[in-house]
Amino acid sequence: MKKNGKPVWGLLGPYTVWAFVFIVVPLGFVAYYAFTDNSFSFTFDNIIRFFTATSQSGDTEVRTYLLIFWRSLKLAFISTVICLLAGYPMAYIMSRANSRKQKILMTLIMIPMWMNFLIRTYAWMTILQDTGILNGLFAKIGLGKVHIIGTESAVVIGMVYDYLPYMILPIYSVMAKMDLKLIEAARDLGCNNYGVFRRVIFPLSMPGVLSGINMVLIPSVSTFYISQKLGNGKFFLIGDAIEGQYVANNLHFAAAMAFILMVILIIMMALIKKFTNGMAYGGDSE
Amino acid sequence: MEKIIELKNISKSYDGVRVLNNINLDIYDNEFLTLLGPSGCGKTTTLRLIGGFEQPDEGDVIFMGERINDVPAHKRNVNTVFQKYALFPHLNVFENVAFALRERKVPKDEIEEKVHEMLSLVMLSNFAKRDVTSLSGGQQQRVAIARALIAQPKVLLLDEPLGALDLKLRKDMQQELKKIQKATGITFIFVTHDQEEALTMSDTVVVMSEGRIQQIGTPIDVYNEPVNAFVADFIGESNILDGVMLQDYKVKFADQVFKCVDAGFGINEPVDVVIRPEDVDIVKPEDGMLKGTVTSVTFMGVHYEIIVDVNGFKWMIQTTDFVDENEKIGLTIDPDAIQIMKKSEYSGLYGDYSTYSDEVEELTEIESGELDISEVEGAEEE
Repeated sequence: MKKNGKPVWGLLGPYTVWAFVFIVVPLGFVAYYAFTDNSFSFTFDNIIRFFTATSQSGDTEVRTYLLIFWRSLKLAFISTVICLLAGYPMAYIMSRANSRKQKILMTLIMIPMWMNFLIRTYAWMTILQDTGILNGLFAKIGLGKVHIIGTESAVVIGMVYDYLPYMILPIYSVMAKMDLKLIEAARDLGCNNYGVFRRVIFPLSMPGVLSGINMVLIPSVSTFYISQKLGNGKFFLIGDAIEGQYVANNLHFAAAMAFILMVILIIMMALIKKFTNGMAYGGDSE
Repeated sequence: MEKIIELKNISKSYDGVRVLNNINLDIYDNEFLTLLGPSGCGKTTTLRLIGGFEQPDEGDVIFMGERINDVPAHKRNVNTVFQKYALFPHLNVFENVAFALRERKVPKDEIEEKVHEMLSLVMLSNFAKRDVTSLSGGQQQRVAIARALIAQPKVLLLDEPLGALDLKLRKDMQQELKKIQKATGITFIFVTHDQEEALTMSDTVVVMSEGRIQQIGTPIDVYNEPVNAFVADFIGESNILDGVMLQDYKVKFADQVFKCVDAGFGINEPVDVVIRPEDVDIVKPEDGMLKGTVTSVTFMGVHYEIIVDVNGFKWMIQTTDFVDENEKIGLTIDPDAIQIMKKSEYSGLYGDYSTYSDEVEELTEIESGELDISEVEGAEEE
């Protein structure tokens, strides 16, 4: 960058350096490790292993990593849907509340994020355990015991709890900026509450929904630890698998899994973007 | 003519601030009616009551004989052109205009036909596929009008629709709106703070101030026969003087007795006297009813605007004759140029032209606490 050049480019400098050293270079390493063996010669073995490795599950033989990956996708998808269904109305209500209430609600949503992720997960363990707080409460009010810990539901609960704010905040920020005159205009042109929502509020909130989905789906697909603690280690997710391989010093295979996960996520996000754009701007035309 | 909307004894407050105070107004079919007043006068609130976006605290809104206080906006046969257009940014021009018909589940080919008819009415036929955010202000304005008219409302409400346009475009749109109103036969209720706009376009002007209607009349009526000092000051330029009605057809002001054409006041009743700047003739000092000294001369193109000091009161006079600063001149006023008004709460608020600029005047008024429109305005904008 030359002296007295455009200041904008100068300001980008630190980030560019940061991004190069901590994002581009490590990604290059991930790719490099993914396609090499322990003696650093080129190989597809790690990739092939991901798709073909098998193991015994009860009586049947399953493809170990494909099954884990499928489970990660499934739980992440369920968590994202739940976050969307719970977060969207929350974001809407928040955006319509007066500014004092907005601040209170915002703080309530942010407070859990101030606590460490591990502590939050441990807290859910004590709540969901068979002899935990939830079952204690159920017993008090005369309900039967429920067994949640160690099930997929427990993992989903943990993920929803952790990622819900990331769904609410982007939707809220889009809705809070929405011009209220547009809602009046829709009413003026004959829309009842449902029509206003369907034809104006929802389509205009799509950019927020999209980034909400991005921000919940991606970390939940690659999450680990939640599944180990709340799933009692029975539900290995792809994040756990990568961590396991890494801890076992199997760097090349860990890198291969990370690489595959990344490629699949990029494809998924592209598809979601295409699909939601169609909904936002093509819904009424033709 | 048939009454289409009646507002009866309407009052409305926001947070304890009264923005409408006992409004009574009849609006007739096929009329171009303008609600005119400074910001905070309650004109927008009145419009929103008719549109169904606000409910009156007291009084009734009657639409074609039926009370519609509780009818929500989407069920009223009234459409609105919003101040900043409020076009839907996610829809193109065609879909914005088609919006109301889609809601009514009108068949596709009929929608197609109607939208194109509307777009050609506002001269945007080739813009159907365009993104609304790519349009200029004037074009967005036209889309907003087409969108509101397509549902064939009985009444179209326009909330300062020309405020964001530049002067030349605004003049064009004024003509065009008037044309559209005549062509469609729809009643237009137009809100503006621009008195010139109101006079040019309207069949009826409703002058409002502080939540009350001050005067209802044709543009010529409100200009020539303002009912009080507020209306006289707000519409056009005016010299407003304290006077005393000596008897019918005889009024005293500026220490002189003048003949006038007004009658029906009490003997020696104090009154406000309005004389428009263009109605004062300049003559030689010895021939004048009043004598004064020219303190400033401004060239306005068609005429000069001069300020004349007559015994300390500064008159504004518009004339095509050239006079020099510091020249002594005489003034004469015809009897029919003298408009007599009853004293009102606004008497004495509007002085002479010693502070000439409206802006300076407003600033000094706000500083001295005479004007407290900020709160009311905030409530209205909400």
